[in-house]
Amino acid sequence: MHGRPRKPQRAVDAAAATANASKLQDLQSQLIHNHHLRLDFDRYTNEAISVCSKLLEINPEINTAWNYRKFAFQHNLHETTNSEHIKSLVDDELRVVEMALRENPKSYGAWYHRKWIFSQGLADVDFDREFLLLDQLLQADSRNFHGWNYRWFVSKLKDVPDPEELEVSKEMVMTNFSNYSVWHNRSVLLSRLLNNKAEGFFEREGILTKEYGFVHDALAAGSKVQSGWFYHLCLLHQTITPNEISLISSWPPHESALVLSAIRDTGYYFTNTRKLPIVLYFNQTVKGVNSSSVIVNSMLFKNEELVWKPLPPTKSEKAACWVTYLQFPDMKSWEAKVYVIEVKIDHSEAIISSCSGSRSIHPLNFRFTLSLNYDNLEFAESVDELLDWTDVESLGVESNDLVSFDQSKLSEDLVSGFSKWQMQTISGEINLIETLSKENCKFDKLTLARLLIAHNAMLSHKTPVTERQIHFREVLELFDDLVKLDPKHSKYYEDEKSLVLMNQVTFDKKSFSNHCSSSRNYISSKLHLHGCMQLRNLSLTRIGYVERLLWVQVLDLSYNKLRSIEGIEALQLLTCLNLRNNQICSFTALQPLKLLSYLKVLDISFNDIGAHPVDTARYLFSSPSTRSVELDKEFLEDYCRSKVDITNNWEAICLFRDLQLHQLDVKNNAVADKNFRDLLTKALPTLMWLDGERLR
Amino acid sequence: MTGYSFPHEFPTIDPISFDLIVYGSGLPESLLAAAASSAGKTVLHLDPNPFYGSHFASLPLPSFSSSLQSTPPSPSKTYTDDGSASSSLYHAVDLEHRHVYSEVEFSVSSEPPGSFILDLSGPRVLYCADLMVDLMLRSGASHHVEFKSVERSLFYWEGQLFSVPGSRQDIFTDRSLTLAEKRHLAMLLELVQDHIASCKVPSEEESIPISPENLEIPFSDYLREQKISPKIRTIILYAIALADYDQDCGDTSRKLIKTKEGIERISLYISSHGRFSNAVGSFIYPIYGHGELPQAFCRCAAVKGALYVLRMPVISLLIDKVNNQFKGIRLASGQEIFSQQLVMEPSLTVPSTFLSSFGKEDFYDSNLTSKVAKGICVANGTILQDSSNILVIFPPRSLFSEQLTTVRALQVCSNVAICPSGMFVVYLSTYCDDASLGKDCILGAMRILFEVRDSISHEECVSSNKGVGASKPTLVWCVTYIQELTQASQGAVCSSPMPDGSLDYQTMLKSTMKLFSSMYPEAEFIPATVSR
Repeated sequence: MHGRPRKPQRAVDAAAATANASKLQDLQSQLIHNHHLRLDFDRYTNEAISVCSKLLEINPEINTAWNYRKFAFQHNLHETTNSEHIKSLVDDELRVVEMALRENPKSYGAWYHRKWIFSQGLADVDFDREFLLLDQLLQADSRNFHGWNYRWFVSKLKDVPDPEELEVSKEMVMTNFSNYSVWHNRSVLLSRLLNNKAEGFFEREGILTKEYGFVHDALAAGSKVQSGWFYHLCLLHQTITPNEISLISSWPPHESALVLSAIRDTGYYFTNTRKLPIVLYFNQTVKGVNSSSVIVNSMLFKNEELVWKPLPPTKSEKAACWVTYLQFPDMKSWEAKVYVIEVKIDHSEAIISSCSGSRSIHPLNFRFTLSLNYDNLEFAESVDELLDWTDVESLGVESNDLVSFDQSKLSEDLVSGFSKWQMQTISGEINLIETLSKENCKFDKLTLARLLIAHNAMLSHKTPVTERQIHFREVLELFDDLVKLDPKHSKYYEDEKSLVLMNQVTFDKKSFSNHCSSSRNYISSKLHLHGCMQLRNLSLTRIGYVERLLWVQVLDLSYNKLRSIEGIEALQLLTCLNLRNNQICSFTALQPLKLLSYLKVLDISFNDIGAHPVDTARYLFSSPSTRSVELDKEFLEDYCRSKVDITNNWEAICLFRDLQLHQLDVKNNAVADKNFRDLLTKALPTLMWLDGERLR
Repeated sequence: MTGYSFPHEFPTIDPISFDLIVYGSGLPESLLAAAASSAGKTVLHLDPNPFYGSHFASLPLPSFSSSLQSTPPSPSKTYTDDGSASSSLYHAVDLEHRHVYSEVEFSVSSEPPGSFILDLSGPRVLYCADLMVDLMLRSGASHHVEFKSVERSLFYWEGQLFSVPGSRQDIFTDRSLTLAEKRHLAMLLELVQDHIASCKVPSEEESIPISPENLEIPFSDYLREQKISPKIRTIILYAIALADYDQDCGDTSRKLIKTKEGIERISLYISSHGRFSNAVGSFIYPIYGHGELPQAFCRCAAVKGALYVLRMPVISLLIDKVNNQFKGIRLASGQEIFSQQLVMEPSLTVPSTFLSSFGKEDFYDSNLTSKVAKGICVANGTILQDSSNILVIFPPRSLFSEQLTTVRALQVCSNVAICPSGMFVVYLSTYCDDASLGKDCILGAMRILFEVRDSISHEECVSSNKGVGASKPTLVWCVTYIQELTQASQGAVCSSPMPDGSLDYQTMLKSTMKLFSSMYPEAEFIPATVSR
């Protein structure tokens, strides 16, 4: 049963227990003996098989016994072709499994054996019996996940149409609506049906409205019953999934003119790496972005050679943000003209949404121009001066930045692809939750917050700013209440609140311009850095809405409460980053920085790195522990020779050795001792300034 | 000894001295016998009838009718008072019977075909989690009785019968409640559960959900403060908390339930729901009727050593001439039995001149009504399709505006072996002061539930289609009567109470336990017996 420790059913006194134990041992040794016989003689006597059965009835966890049975079964199968005999063999196996399940309904070995028998495809499966067995087991423990998985397996074997399963799940809910597994089952079924656009389910809206009605009863009858709320969340996701895939942001912006130069008043500065990123940001997670689905036309590059990668890089190749790098040839071989680069996405059904399975995409093309400034072909090497962050002040906004802001947001008409039904449903839900809401019920508040966020996302851009501000304030208040009401989950609420804050700051020109700055600093003017954003003192615990910030080059996130910087990898042009005075507690949390090839200036002082001996984020990111990063032998030996102790800090090395940092501040982190600074000096050969002191 | 006019010989009882004599085998008396025996006292348990149960018995129809209508026997001495030594020490005070049933009316003179067993104490059920069930489990009496569920509860509101949602699952599946009503009801049930839980485990961090001040106000006012709609309030007060009197009339002389009591009742209801895995709903009914319960406890008493004699009337009490103390009883057989303590069934009294000499303490509560109006019906169909045992609540003023008390009806069917298959017995009751008003309430309820062919009332009955089914069942036979209520009294000669007008045994059990502790203060009331 869920949540209860496994105890023997009957209290067994000591004598009986020892008798049982010796019997078990006896049987076990017989089994091993038989197993060895098998290897020697390929012989499976009936006696051996019955010993095996007895053993499994007492203790179904002995996997050797199950394997022995599988071998015996296969052997016996070879020996006979009589279908009656085969059927009786199959029945024997099934019976043993049932006895084992009676002993322990959650035995992995027993369930697997049953599935294995059926997948041999020998006899017809008696589906009634299977469903009866399932009903009995699920009645005894309605959350037995083995039972639920097996149900999926059997339904697939029998080819039960999904709508029928949905009916069955409805009956189960009517029997016990506080059973989480039942609702979860229903949500998976529903998602599958809607994504496959099955027969009769094409009317997505009608189906979802009915499901909402159903779940409202559950929410009214049990406001503390979590399963109802989770199902509501599932329905919400299904409701707000955009119908079409479309591009919401890109870099370079449409109709922009990029100039490659060393020294210029306007334009962008590129390093010797000679690669230019093109970043595409879609309105939902997609896969299938590659050189055939996205065509880049230009005279400088060949489309087929372009490789598109998701950001952040995942094995599943799904992301909302995709990047490719254009390698442009040596400057000297350029002709002095302007090159036009076009990016096209058309109706090809190659790009698939991973949320809704939809393939319909809004076709798009945008273009930008690339030209070369011959005034100074020699790139100045990295400038020697120190960037002082305090010089980066809010001075008011540069008109260029505003233009970038507008350009990077592709036409908003394309973005607001939300139907009237979607808007009405969300508004209806908001009203319902507000009327039914009870004081201090956290689920009410959380759902209301999510609904308001969804509602906000659907508002057309013509909605007056004041109305949006009201929504933002309401949501922020709700999250504040939630932190007080439910302190156990305060980290989650703070993250959500940070997202709302980011949304509020970046969604329109006015609020955005309050955070822009222009740097009078000599270095940044020498480097011709534009796009300076300052997001200090906002109590952010994470960043979001990065699609609006793709053009940012200088970002000040100091004096916040950042625990992670996920999402920052989309800001491919980022050159200077200030993370001073935050709550970053490990190097693995800084891993997104590895993807920022332009990063030169980094300040991570006054954080918590190394404060806690346990790095809870360690397995979330690639590291030698997860075998996705290799530390080769020579590399390690090199460090050993230089007498730098890296045993505690190899994560730092993995992080920094890919970056070409010019300036780094790490002071006031628990990890930053002398040894560490030596290590950094070695790991970063390009580093000029460490903690404000000149190194080279 | 002279000859008797009784058809059989009385057995001679030996020994003749006991710690406790119990006369009458109703449920309170049987409980006391079992408790006293468990406490090690010697007990003699007598009953004039040839059956167990007295006023709590379940009888076959012919005996039932005659029990209701029987005139109490006049005290007769069939033996001569010979001047034996004992009579010089004691007064013999003859016992008198009083009428407890009155206004008995049958609808038809002929009885319905088939064998029926009817409860004298109906309508009555047990909560799955109430004291009686715990007592039965503890004492081993549960081995002798089996139960069936009362599957559905209905209540009457604005001319229609609705299902009572008793658990969250019921609230979820109920089609007749709006979302807001569902939310209110669910919230209240949750509040009750939280409150009970936090009372059991007092913790500093969380405050008790319902403040102590709120616990003392009338429950009806508290519910109104929570902005709960009238329909839901009615369900909670009358169908779940089972209030007897109109809670909204503002008449504080009547029993208004305080919030504290309301919470306890709701908690009992909720915790009964699903207590037993094979029981549906909160209530259970014993197979073969409620008369099985006194029998079960008598068996427990007998196992512990009590002596049982049926068909043994007691003629008089023996009072010591010197100090006016109770000394013993004289049986119809002429035998004299002595004891320190006597418990009598409620229809017996002693002449008032001797009352005070026993130091009786009456805890008679004059605020409560003195009567219960009852009805028993036999019908040929069920009130609700697909349900066998059903409880129906008619809240005050739902039948007509003068109805000040709740009318409750309990339908039981053949699955508890009290009637033939296809027939149904329905018990009805309501508290009343005025007999005719009480009867009108009963008749009003019957009209809603059944097609009343014969005119039990003298009006034309208009059968309107207000029931839950397409057609209402037809009434085959019915009886209505008034039962007097009595209170328990303490002293050397105790009197046990008549069946009260509530649906369960809680009140009766509590007053019996109080009686027991007044008799034997140090003893535990039926401690747990080790099961065989």
